[in-house]
Amino acid sequence: MSLDETRGRLWVGLYLPDFALEVFARASRAAEPLAICEGNGRAQQIVCANAAARRLGVLPGLSASAALALGSALRIRRRDLPAERAALETLAAWAGQFSPLVHVVAPQALVIEVGGSLRLFGGLEALLAALELGLAELGYRARFGVAPTPLAATWLARAGVDEPVTDPTRLAGALAELPLTVLELAPGEREGFEAMGVRRVGEVLRLPRDGVARRWGAALLAQLDRALGRLPDPRAAFVPAASFESQLLLPGTVENVEGMVFALQRLVAELCGALRSRVAGVANLELLLLHPGTEATRVELGLVAPSRDARHLLELFREQLARVTLPAPVEALRLRAPKLAGLAAASLDLFGSRQADAETAGVLIERLRARLGRRAVRGLKSVAEHRPERAYAWSEPGEGGTAVDSAERPFWLLPKPLPLEMRDGQPWFGGTLELEDNVERIESGWWDGTDIARDYFVARNGQGERYWVYRDLPQARQWWLHGVFG
Amino acid sequence: MSLDSLLQRTDVWRGGVAAPPTGLASGFAVLDARLSGGWPRGAVSELLFARAGIGELALLMPALARLSREGRWLVLVAPPYVPYAPALTCAGVDLARAIVVEPRAPRDALWVAEQALRAGACGAVLLWREEVEPRALRRLQLAAETGGGLAVLFRSLRHAGESSPAALRLRLRGIAGRGRRLEVAVLKRRGGWPTGPITVEVDHVSG
Repeated sequence: MSLDETRGRLWVGLYLPDFALEVFARASRAAEPLAICEGNGRAQQIVCANAAARRLGVLPGLSASAALALGSALRIRRRDLPAERAALETLAAWAGQFSPLVHVVAPQALVIEVGGSLRLFGGLEALLAALELGLAELGYRARFGVAPTPLAATWLARAGVDEPVTDPTRLAGALAELPLTVLELAPGEREGFEAMGVRRVGEVLRLPRDGVARRWGAALLAQLDRALGRLPDPRAAFVPAASFESQLLLPGTVENVEGMVFALQRLVAELCGALRSRVAGVANLELLLLHPGTEATRVELGLVAPSRDARHLLELFREQLARVTLPAPVEALRLRAPKLAGLAAASLDLFGSRQADAETAGVLIERLRARLGRRAVRGLKSVAEHRPERAYAWSEPGEGGTAVDSAERPFWLLPKPLPLEMRDGQPWFGGTLELEDNVERIESGWWDGTDIARDYFVARNGQGERYWVYRDLPQARQWWLHGVFG
Repeated sequence: MSLDSLLQRTDVWRGGVAAPPTGLASGFAVLDARLSGGWPRGAVSELLFARAGIGELALLMPALARLSREGRWLVLVAPPYVPYAPALTCAGVDLARAIVVEPRAPRDALWVAEQALRAGACGAVLLWREEVEPRALRRLQLAAETGGGLAVLFRSLRHAGESSPAALRLRLRGIAGRGRRLEVAVLKRRGGWPTGPITVEVDHVSG
């Protein structure tokens, strides 16, 4: 027996027993009775029910109409396979934070290679605890199986054997105990085994190999050999998308913002997991509130610096949502990040450095903007330009710009010059303005049609207040106040 | 261990030795002397004056310039005019560390100042607002203590008679005549007494 395939590798299988249900139920905190059905017309059958529904007596196998008769509070949803598939892929992208090697095992399992990540997470037990906690944050409950091959890990998870098998030499013994239902058997094959009194994997392993191959085909043997690590098990690794998109159906329709926050938390947790997987952050996010029958409401978030801080993102969304008027009830939320911005892990997770100062300033700017609007929070920069009203510009915080050398400039500028009152032939502002001797002539801008020709003076009144005033050339009568020497 | 080596250690506290001044140097020696080293960090300072234009910003500019060049952020909340970028650049302020916030609803200004003060990234938060209740001022004071930055509140002289929880209150007056000078009187100072007016030359603050 060659165990080359298993050397140094350890796999965790995540089997989600209630996945079909959780795809719907995780959008809400409330545990109202909910069941999932499959099939058509009269043949509609319950396949999955939550605890509240089971208390009503709604059990898998019951017909949908019989289930409805058990309680008026019961909601029944049709199983949504495309939604499950999408949710499983989102989950795979999220799981990437635990390992670079993740496989999707449709319809309701993942298997991830953790041999290389054990040290990072502080051992297998700590890693499983982190996985469990993270899954709970998303609204999932999983059973774990740990084994040196991906197939065995999946089988152990599905069979609910939570004793980890880390030693390859103990693998065969552990698998022998599993029921045959973990195998992928063609219709009729299981009955064939049962007729022989074979119910466990170990009993198949004890049968003569050539006999098994003759009766059930080489595929079955190959399956067993892959699980045991005797055959390689090449699989396509899950490749997460360069963007993020996840949708969550709300239980019933929701008419207020608070009703959406819980579901939004789930989506943001998924996003942040996917971002951790890619050592990335997001700068632009879009949340669509989907209404039945009318166009979606769009809530956009623009960040100063890419982030993957779930609390921060959620806080910003809450601020935005508080100002949204819903045109109609909401039936689903869709969170989209068109671009995941690559980031050095250090720049997100280090504290105390100047980089971290900029980061927290970014967080501050976003918090202010979420409440006050984008335009209320601006940066300021100097522009190399002689016309005073063009020598500054509003900017994104963090730019700065360059100034030209000039004579003294006031700390305050009036965005629009103020015509000054004249008293006794002198400009007046809080007192008669006395002009200081130095005049600064500014003539500029003839090339773009907004040219100016002015004589600027520093002027002061009897209160010791100093102002920047000018008059147009040549020697116009009107004086203008343009700045204040604060 | 000898007594000498014990005294050399920085983690041994000795009673009777005055704590070093913790203020942020204002850039004006005459002012620093009155303020035990400079502007009080992690505290609210109130500047009370009749009208803008007497050099009220020039008084702060050396400290603001230094904070910004150290990478600390400056947040100007609800300023009365446009803070003129070329003048700030000439005074040594790194504008890449400046944020101007102009909330549409005036009462939001206090919220902004509080948020900015709490964020440790801000070296100074400057707020222009007349109506600040003592309770709101105490909140600002707490926020400043949390973030450790300078909080400066610019208000009209008519508030001089009100009681205020600010750590420092200065009355500023313009001085008529040539030169750039202003009169500064300490109305209140935590851990000190009010002192009579001094004249501060702000000429060397290029604007």
